[in-house]
Amino acid sequence: MDLIKEVERQYLKEDIPDFGPGDTVRVHVKIVEGARERTQVFEGVVLRRQGQGLRETFTVRRVTYGVGVERIFPVHAPSISRIEVVKRGRVHRAKLYYLRQRTGRAARIREMR
Amino acid sequence: MAKAILARKIGMTQVYDEQGHAVPVTVLEAGPCYVTQVKSVASDGYSSIQIGFKEKKEQHVSQPLRGHLRRAGVKPCRFLREFRVEEKALSEFQPGRELRADIFSAGDHVDVSAVSKGKGFAGSIKRLGFARGPRTHGSRYHRGPGSLGAVDPSKVFKGRPLPGRMGGRRRTVQNLRVVQADGEKNILLVRGSVPGPRGSLVEVKKTTRR
Repeated sequence: MDLIKEVERQYLKEDIPDFGPGDTVRVHVKIVEGARERTQVFEGVVLRRQGQGLRETFTVRRVTYGVGVERIFPVHAPSISRIEVVKRGRVHRAKLYYLRQRTGRAARIREMR
Repeated sequence: MAKAILARKIGMTQVYDEQGHAVPVTVLEAGPCYVTQVKSVASDGYSSIQIGFKEKKEQHVSQPLRGHLRRAGVKPCRFLREFRVEEKALSEFQPGRELRADIFSAGDHVDVSAVSKGKGFAGSIKRLGFARGPRTHGSRYHRGPGSLGAVDPSKVFKGRPLPGRMGGRRRTVQNLRVVQADGEKNILLVRGSVPGPRGSLVEVKKTTRR
């Protein structure tokens, strides 16, 4: 097991902010279009963090035009240039799947202060 | 050059390549191995090398094997395996020579052999890929093997695919790409999966494909 950590260590990012479920984050994703490269921002609520080490991923949910969109990002992917924490949310659960059933006011998350 | 090494399967993870794509890899602890015997056409009728991997206590090795290893000047090892080597390349391998993971380099392609995970007595769906029966609609035929043959011969022919023991056999996966080879830490990263449970012995050699 330790050899796996050893291998993963060289790929781990060190500048990842502390964030978790309930937080609102802005994820800057590098997108390659042919020869061009640009950055796209995806902002939403973190539903969960899953996995560990280099394989850790997190799910971000946002509702656009009444449609819920969830994207799963690997925490250490090189295609993610930056993760910004916009708001810290106060939640009592590690996985916020219940947000999928809620809309509008019911889907609010209290802010941590 | 013929390249071969013994390794221990550590487990799987993923790494990122230069394009930023995730690559699934198996981590192998490859070597250090030591050449314990060199067989040439003159001495044995065929040419190969025998290499040893992992240490073992001296008192756990039988006397004949101890003598065999002393001749090569190698400490007692847990695993001994033989690999065919071309007659011409034999001179590269002196008894006692150390082989490390860096005999391979990133971009090489290898064949990996190991004993696959034992699955026990498996049915024909899992073992042979047979189709299953309907789950519902009054079906009482779910995972059976189907017809075993015609009525007329009044017997089931030999070789009929049927349930039985699955796994636990030596299997080789060919043409896996080496993603990373670290001679110092003896770590070998191979793209894709490798037969066998974690911790088991695997043989890695230069691919016969391409």
